Amino acid sequence: MIILSIKNLSKTYQSGSRKLTVLDEVNFDIEAGETLAIVGPSGSGKTTLLGLAAGLDSGSTGSVNLNGNALETLSEDQRAAVRNQNVGFIFQNFQLLPTLTALENVMVPLELKRRKDARQKAQELLNKVGLGDRATHYPTQLSGGEQQRVSIARAFANEPKILFADEPTGNLDTETGEMIEKLIFDLNKEEGTTLVLVTHDLELAAKTQRIIHIKGGKIQEDAHA
Amino acid sequence: MPDFGWIIKMAFRDFRKNISRLMLFVSSIVVGIAALVAISSFGENLTADIDNQAQELLGADLVLENSKPVGDQPLDSLAIDIASEVNFASMVAFPKTGASRLTQVRALEGAFPFYGFFETIPASGDADFRAGGKKALVEKTLMAQFNAQVGDVIKVGEVEFVIAGELQKVPGQTGITATVAPAVYIPQAYLEETGLVQYGSRVKYNRYFLFADQTDVEALIKPFEDNWEIERIDADTVEDRKRSTGRSFANLSNFLSLVAFIALLLGCVGVASAVNVFVKEKLASVAVLRCLGVSSKGVLLIYLTEIVIMGLAGAILGSFLGTLLQFVLPAVFSDFLPVEVSFGISWLSVGFGIITGLFVSVLFALLPLLKVRNVSPMATLRPETADSTILKDPLRWAVIVGILAFIWGFSYYLLTDVKLAFGFTGFVVFAFGILWGVAQLIIWAVRKFLPISFTYTLRQSLANLYRPNNQTVSLIATIGLGTAMISTLYFLQNQLLQEARFADKEDQPNMLMFDIQTAQLEDVKATIKAQDLPIMQEVAIVTMLLDEINGIDKKENEALDDEENYSRWLYNREFRVTYRDTLIDSETITAGELVPVGARGDSVFVSLEKDFGEGNGLKIGDEVVFNVQGRPIKTYVGSFRDVKFNQVSTNFLVVFPAGVLEQAPKFHVLITKSKNDRQAADVQIQIVREFPNISIINLGTIVETLEEILGKISFVIQFMAFFSIATGILVLISSLIISKYQRMRESILLRTLGASSAIVTKINTLEYFFLGSLASMSGIILSFLATWLLSEFVFNIQFRGAWLEALMLYLAITFLTIVLGWMNGRKIINQPPMEILRGS
Repeated sequence: MIILSIKNLSKTYQSGSRKLTVLDEVNFDIEAGETLAIVGPSGSGKTTLLGLAAGLDSGSTGSVNLNGNALETLSEDQRAAVRNQNVGFIFQNFQLLPTLTALENVMVPLELKRRKDARQKAQELLNKVGLGDRATHYPTQLSGGEQQRVSIARAFANEPKILFADEPTGNLDTETGEMIEKLIFDLNKEEGTTLVLVTHDLELAAKTQRIIHIKGGKIQEDAHA
Repeated sequence: MPDFGWIIKMAFRDFRKNISRLMLFVSSIVVGIAALVAISSFGENLTADIDNQAQELLGADLVLENSKPVGDQPLDSLAIDIASEVNFASMVAFPKTGASRLTQVRALEGAFPFYGFFETIPASGDADFRAGGKKALVEKTLMAQFNAQVGDVIKVGEVEFVIAGELQKVPGQTGITATVAPAVYIPQAYLEETGLVQYGSRVKYNRYFLFADQTDVEALIKPFEDNWEIERIDADTVEDRKRSTGRSFANLSNFLSLVAFIALLLGCVGVASAVNVFVKEKLASVAVLRCLGVSSKGVLLIYLTEIVIMGLAGAILGSFLGTLLQFVLPAVFSDFLPVEVSFGISWLSVGFGIITGLFVSVLFALLPLLKVRNVSPMATLRPETADSTILKDPLRWAVIVGILAFIWGFSYYLLTDVKLAFGFTGFVVFAFGILWGVAQLIIWAVRKFLPISFTYTLRQSLANLYRPNNQTVSLIATIGLGTAMISTLYFLQNQLLQEARFADKEDQPNMLMFDIQTAQLEDVKATIKAQDLPIMQEVAIVTMLLDEINGIDKKENEALDDEENYSRWLYNREFRVTYRDTLIDSETITAGELVPVGARGDSVFVSLEKDFGEGNGLKIGDEVVFNVQGRPIKTYVGSFRDVKFNQVSTNFLVVFPAGVLEQAPKFHVLITKSKNDRQAADVQIQIVREFPNISIINLGTIVETLEEILGKISFVIQFMAFFSIATGILVLISSLIISKYQRMRESILLRTLGASSAIVTKINTLEYFFLGSLASMSGIILSFLATWLLSEFVFNIQFRGAWLEALMLYLAITFLTIVLGWMNGRKIINQPPMEILRGS
């Protein structure tokens, strides 16, 4: 079953009188449960592709179908609802809400789904990532690795169909990075989630089933392991 | 549909980490709300007190007033008691020192006031005065001015009276009345003996009535009103006085509320500015929430809920402080209050304050807050996408229109005049526009032209003015407007005093003598000349009434519709008129010409003061019939004159040509110039001694009185302006605290790079200096503009820049900004960078 289908997707920006094409006629499908890495040099358009695929932005032309939802036909608020139902995110710079405790950060997607057991489920997820005893701590009271673990717990909280991760280990030291990688892949396996990963790190990319190489906004290679 | 329960939960979660910073937002509006609630509560209590003490305001149930003796009335038999008073302006001399002053002499007969009482020192003074004999009660300001004691003698006209008591308080009179025209009460039995009531004396006759309790005075006087109208008798009942006093104080209260409203608006700018920084810092969180699936409306509601909570807290705190503050107001306004004001919580005012506070916080916070709707979730990946411009968002334009509508609506509520409300709104927009423009211009100029040759500290401090999240514009707007308000009031007050002092120039007269009878004229002139003083003007004055305008007499005018009739005032007032065929220095012709009378029987063309004539709907060629001592004189309007009333001169609304009024009964005015105060005092003493009926005004006294009045008014205005300054300071403090973390980061970076704490201090101090300087200078420039406009178009006086005062204000405000900035930053600077890094 195809969970994400991207057809002829392009993204251009107007910079003064110049037209800047960041993504150019990109096409690919992802099967449910697949793990995929998007790799490429800086400025190649991989983060833009991730954003469009996750429905964070809309392309200039082309279509993105996420779990049966044609994103280009939806308003931003409708896309937000699709994200809440289907998508999890892990960011390079963690993106925790600084005014919420670790537990509350994990609770947000559950509460948005109006889950009555939000607190209990969030606590379980924190336990899973090894931060059960840090539930009441605020992000500033946590190390980078701990923050990313909270971020992973939050990403899995709404039991997403697809998980997008943008350089998830980019801000971490090697040892912590490896621990985070393991956590992501273990949870992914456990939950049966589709994983889309953007990274510079070819070693990390190699751990996925499929690697898309992107350069100058075009797919150079789409390799299956 | 957003889940409101969750939104409130999220708002509280965010709120608990931001409480101290959010408190700063609302602190800006606390002072404004407090001022509004205080004024409003005070106004409510005052209105109630005027109602309760209305009888004391009038001192009687009914007062009949005329410029002729009122005489017996058919109403007399219905009254329980009757009293009468003859009052007029006259010189009163203090023989002990030889000094004299123009006062309001009130010759009393009967038990007035029937309600309330004269408060005197000693307390027995009033009873002593009424016990009979040549005794007087003298206003305390007069006693203090001439260092007089109870038991001393004063001379009123030809009669000497012993001071029986020092008047502290007279029912219905205010401190300001006592300053303008201090009163001396004498028994009416000796009035004739004083010799002061002569032809031309501007005398008012009052007849006071006391009726039985529960008498419906309004109904009682109804049958007599037509007759009083014909006789030009003015009737004043308790209800009339209640209405007129209530109206005056409603106007005062509304004016003060308007000043408080300006303070609130300044606070609103503070709120908008603080929320702007708050929102900028929240953009990353907003993007995350959007990523996680929160709708734009949901995100907006989370932060709006926080603003509502804090707005409510600020409004409640402001209302509470305002309720406390009203206890201070009677002391501030004591000179202007005719009644004792009671204290009490006005729940109406408190409710009004809370609703207004909540409304303005939300309205002004919405302007920056609406930005969160446009934050793209993509900003989690690319932070630079997280902003939008105002021009793109129609809802933000709607909020701007809402703000303007609110300012207009609020000012209309206070001023009850559409045009004035538009004027006020225009002024606010103009003032903010100017200050905003100045701030933008400065930022642009610094960015564009900051020379690389400047020292690093200077460049860095100037560059800080346009750092991201800077509050340069909002600080210049708030401090600038606060400064503009204070300095405009100050400059204007100064300007009016300067104008009065300036009038005492070489070639300008400074002494005016009036009520001179024809028989006295030559002797008075001789006395003046004997003192080596020039006679600069000699003017004959004839008093007359107005009978008809274009064939419409008083009765016919009464029957006309409001749109067609002339002002009743024209038919009721007594005109003081002179005759001459030439203009004097203070006059210029604006329409028509002065037409001399050629031969007996020629038409008589009079000249009218422009504003008086045009304001009353009179035109060149209109026929006006005057009544001089019962003899009608038909005239035509021949010209309009522009008259400068701010000179020591005799100025007239109506000027007749020579050759018409020479034989009419008249009195005279002489204008002279004394070389110095000593000479002025000598002449005054001599004239008052030889001609007690003659009244003298000298410029020195006018300046003194003006200073005293302006002092009292400016105290009130400065008290009100204090709210704006306090708000400005709060906005300044709040913006300094808000930018503290940013400054901290900059400070760490600079110190990590090796900058000493002295250099960091220097950079910060210079930045505060620039901020304070720019804000105060912008405000002062704006106030110069306002003072010039007011001088030119309202007061009709020449604008003179108060440069020294402006410099003092500039230094004071700049210094205050530096001190507050330094106090806020000293903790950061004194700590080692590592500690700050750990702490942040």
